[in-house]
Amino acid sequence: MLYREAGQFKTTYGDDQAIFPIRQDRLGMALILLIAYVALPLFATDYFITSIMIPFLIYALAAIGLNLLTGYCGQVSLGTGGFMAVGAYAAYNFTIRMPELNLIVVFILAGGCAAMVGVVFGIPSLRIKGFYLAVATLAAQFFLDWAFARIKWFTNYTPSGSVAAPPLDIFGFAINTPDRRYFLILAIVTVMALAAKNLVRGRVGRSWMAIRDMDIAAEIIGIRPLRAKLSAFAVSSFYAGVAGALWAFLHLGAWEPLAFDINRSFILLFMVIIGGLGSILGCFLGAAFILMVPLALNQIPTALGIPLSTAMISHAEFMIFGAMIVFFLIVEPHGLARLWALGKEKLRLWPFPH
Amino acid sequence: MTSAGGRRIGDVLLKVEDISLSFGGVRALTGVSFDIRAHEIRAIIGPNGAGKSSMLNVINGFYHPQQGKIIFKDIARTDIGPYDAASRGIARTFQNIALFRGMSTLDNIMTGRLLKMKENLFWQALYWGRAKKEEMEHRAVVERIIDFLEIQSIRKVPVGRLPYGLQKRVELGRALAMEPELLLLDEPMAGMNVEEKEDMCRFILDVNDEFGTTIALIEHDMGVVMDISDRVVVLDYGKKIADGTPDEVRGNQAVIDAYLGVKH
Repeated sequence: MLYREAGQFKTTYGDDQAIFPIRQDRLGMALILLIAYVALPLFATDYFITSIMIPFLIYALAAIGLNLLTGYCGQVSLGTGGFMAVGAYAAYNFTIRMPELNLIVVFILAGGCAAMVGVVFGIPSLRIKGFYLAVATLAAQFFLDWAFARIKWFTNYTPSGSVAAPPLDIFGFAINTPDRRYFLILAIVTVMALAAKNLVRGRVGRSWMAIRDMDIAAEIIGIRPLRAKLSAFAVSSFYAGVAGALWAFLHLGAWEPLAFDINRSFILLFMVIIGGLGSILGCFLGAAFILMVPLALNQIPTALGIPLSTAMISHAEFMIFGAMIVFFLIVEPHGLARLWALGKEKLRLWPFPH
Repeated sequence: MTSAGGRRIGDVLLKVEDISLSFGGVRALTGVSFDIRAHEIRAIIGPNGAGKSSMLNVINGFYHPQQGKIIFKDIARTDIGPYDAASRGIARTFQNIALFRGMSTLDNIMTGRLLKMKENLFWQALYWGRAKKEEMEHRAVVERIIDFLEIQSIRKVPVGRLPYGLQKRVELGRALAMEPELLLLDEPMAGMNVEEKEDMCRFILDVNDEFGTTIALIEHDMGVVMDISDRVVVLDYGKKIADGTPDEVRGNQAVIDAYLGVKH
């Protein structure tokens, strides 16, 4: 009853193609941003900020990267963890070798390095498709894991192979408390999520989706598959690279190559599939689901006072979580974003469904 | 839209000379030659397997013939890709609909404008200034096509949900959005009922009349072909067996034999 666009007339094509054409959606988004930028830093505990919000935002950013490639351009990738590692180690090397660089510049350069590596590993996509491409990107993951573990230059010859981020500051403003790290990440994620949304609703996004839906027809209307696919790999890896740099610098602080192993790639792929392929909102929903549901499941028995051993709780958590994933994929194979869209459509008609 | 206004059949726009195409041992086309004049509606007919679709695929660069020349706008080429054909003004639709099923009608037709959109990745990510202006200009063109094809009500509907007849119309819209000089239609009326066929005929004639677009179409409905086309070329077993106005073709003994069979 409250959620409908009656009386909201669009007079320009610009209004019609806005990200949130309906006023209620704009209000909702403003509320979410208000909570994220004001309420959480004011009221949330440091634990909540560092262990939940920061990983959630970074995962969401990496998931956007993967979704641009897999959900929008249709190229399955299992190399996201590797591309994140490229971003992390590139950022590390830029900061220790050129300490005068601004942190934002470092993150952009890190993303750029990941984009270049992504393009190189994206070249096979011109010949191979589907599962076979997934295997080819898996090779990228293993190769990059190997490179950062074995080539000592990348880790600046530290004996253990583990590296630590130097003290960080932006324009003389030290990034040393959870709140400051959170603000920096939130600002980057906001800007990059908006940029991703803009890309997918414009020319570039349409050429990616055309390649995804029917590559032959895309060629006939003048899309060059080479350009479309490699630009998707580049942009996707840029996002993964920035996410990797954030993950290493602002979440972990010190890390070793294992931080970006194959599990990272799998988790991100799960997030994208459960959240919804081809949806930017879905990346956030998927990241929230994968990160927060296990935490919630873990808390439930204690909160209800059910006497269970910690081992039992963590086993149950795995089983219930797995069952939920299967259930969701059966009920709505297009992910949480589609559920949300269907819900909104129902809400528009409620309470008179006919 | 290039508005030529009225129908004046002009010079030769496209000429295929002595095209031969084979896949391994199978000969799809053997020494086929014909021409298409500017602003005319040219039908290609023939029994199943005659090589009609292969001919269209050769014209828009999807198949590369082993032998022969294709002269489009006075420039001869034998070996070009679909991208070059599209950028030089050849658009087409497919026999079995080739829409982008995950996208809305509007987005599908907007993809037809991709070749004309120039703004780079950076401006697109900002979606502001030049990129937004460009997007709005092309949206306006697409809206004119939507009006023309009378599909306003399905603008935002994902094409996968549309009935067959409307999907065919959207596909025509996507091809029109490219503002082609030569429009290739592969069985635009296959599987339609009489009413849908009449609509589609009207659109084809209107496109030809209002925009001056040259049209080459493959169609099995002889009534339609004879009614709307200016000239007809008939293929059988990959060879040209007749070429001329509908009336000439209708009376041609070779064509009658190809369609009805001959007594051996």
